[in-house]
Amino acid sequence: MTMSFKGKPSRRAFLKGAVAAGGTLASASVAKAEADPLITEVQDWASYTGDGVDATPYGLPIEYEADVVRRNVEWLTADTISSINFTPIHALDGTITPQGCAFERHHSGAIELRKEDYRLMINGLVDTPLIFTYEDLERFPRENHVYFCECAANTGMEWAGAQLNGAQFTHGMIHNMEYSGVSLRTLLEEAGLDVAGDLKDKWVYVEGADASSNGRSIPMEKALDDVLVAFKANGEALRMEHGYPVRLVVPGWEGNMWVKWLRRIEVTDQAIESREETSKYTDTLEDGTSRKWTWVMDAKSVVTSPSPQSPIKHGKGPLVVTGLAWSGRGSITGVDVSLDGGMTWQEARLAAPGTDKALTRFYLDINWNGEEMFLQSRARDSSGYVQPTKAQLRDVRGLNSIYHNNCIQTWWVKSNGEAENVEVS
Amino acid sequence: MSKFLNLVAGTALASTLIAAPALAEKYGLGRPALEEEVAAWDLDVAPDGTGLPEGSGNAYDGEEIFADYCGVCHGDFAEGVDNWPKLAGGADTLDHDDPLKTVGSYWPYLSTTFDYVRRSMPFGSAQTLSNDEVYAIVAYILFSNDLIDDEFELSKETFFDVEMPNAEGFILDDRTTSEAHFWTDTPCMEGCKDKVEITMRAAVLDVTPDEE
Repeated sequence: MTMSFKGKPSRRAFLKGAVAAGGTLASASVAKAEADPLITEVQDWASYTGDGVDATPYGLPIEYEADVVRRNVEWLTADTISSINFTPIHALDGTITPQGCAFERHHSGAIELRKEDYRLMINGLVDTPLIFTYEDLERFPRENHVYFCECAANTGMEWAGAQLNGAQFTHGMIHNMEYSGVSLRTLLEEAGLDVAGDLKDKWVYVEGADASSNGRSIPMEKALDDVLVAFKANGEALRMEHGYPVRLVVPGWEGNMWVKWLRRIEVTDQAIESREETSKYTDTLEDGTSRKWTWVMDAKSVVTSPSPQSPIKHGKGPLVVTGLAWSGRGSITGVDVSLDGGMTWQEARLAAPGTDKALTRFYLDINWNGEEMFLQSRARDSSGYVQPTKAQLRDVRGLNSIYHNNCIQTWWVKSNGEAENVEVS
Repeated sequence: MSKFLNLVAGTALASTLIAAPALAEKYGLGRPALEEEVAAWDLDVAPDGTGLPEGSGNAYDGEEIFADYCGVCHGDFAEGVDNWPKLAGGADTLDHDDPLKTVGSYWPYLSTTFDYVRRSMPFGSAQTLSNDEVYAIVAYILFSNDLIDDEFELSKETFFDVEMPNAEGFILDDRTTSEAHFWTDTPCMEGCKDKVEITMRAAVLDVTPDEE
């Protein structure tokens, strides 16, 4: 094609170049500069034609965005089959996460399961154990909801200290999508819950069709509240890596419970206490006892830009500080931002009012004086919860919890615009 | 706050939510599940032993089976290879820095081990083991943790003769009480601390993957 520019410089080289070029640009605005050839000369794209409508039946981002991708941390897990990667939240805006870069967590790899081969079983303490096909699910009344899905281990590597240098790696085990599906309540009622008797001490055990057979116990009250059996996300079919053709959506609760390739729902009179709800996803405290059933993801936020992977390249002056906030206990009611490491705070602007168990985008538009900042954000939710500092969390939980780290994050933004993950006093 | 926390605490229930199903409309979709279909998929084992199959095995037999199917990742002595999970050891480390959480040191229920090995292992060829092999592998893991001797015949009849050391090591989510001070309507906005100093830097550690 006509546009042959492929030479994307590395981020670090680009940053160095931008800092150097910054001086040139600044002086250019003072002295009379040479005219910009991008304007004065006819460019290829303004002269030749581009791609036809048949060139890309299903589009990917343009090649210049090739660095906005999921990344994994090799040393975290023994291999990539049972592992996790991270959403590039530092490079996204708005609140909806595109499926193609939304983080993945598999316990035995992402499987290919055709709709035609899909079966969903409901068994256990139900009046009639049932089998549904994918087509059956499409015939139940449908709902649409936007929810965040956060892995309980998000920010888990940061318990003992500042470790990973980038919002993608510290906070990228999260995505936020609009789901279409059937309420779990509808399916349970179709099977009938009379035989289960008193529902207050009953559970549903949900399990996936992949080789890990990931299974979790969910209390009946939650199952009948807002849990969705979803088959579309952001308007299109779920991606394979997110559980195609059907996954569970458990709003506000840890991502491990959002069972992918959902194949079975069993009504039980006790928690199964599977591996993922005993040996994993439990929170060990300083005295060696561990919390279990810590399903709710507490209020949390992070500045996504500027951040280590998204440095300031334009020098001092107008600067958009932006980030994400969310709470599993309800909606975000406000976000405060500190530029000085938590000595003083100012209220950020929410791009839209917070909604139930979904990501909220916040902005703080400042005139940066070019001096170093210790950027922090602090989420508040509709339950009255205020996101704690890491020190506050450690006071209660110690250093060994691994999961559910919702502490306030600090980015040290230096005068050259680079940012680093730090802990501050 | 979560309504469910009340449920766990055994106090007030959201009875409206729980009561409705009797009046639910049915759509007549799906078909009844056959017994053999339920039997094929309903393999989970609960802490009280519900779901344990017939069969048995001991650590003496389990040692060889474990070496064949498990050792490549978990080590011949369940000590773990590379980053793969260690299944043995770690006794009395839970209150130390970086505790070693294994079946012996951490897992509260033996049912979990049986359930997981039967449904999810071996990694890459799950659900290929016989129930006798699963019993034997579980017995070997217990033996590796010094919890039984190598002649102990593990079966549904003897399952609860095994004591799991950390059975009492768990409490229910207590965040709404132990962390009640995080619910504050008046967070500090000014003069929240006198000074701010860097106490740790990620760049010093340098473990972040390169983007290139």
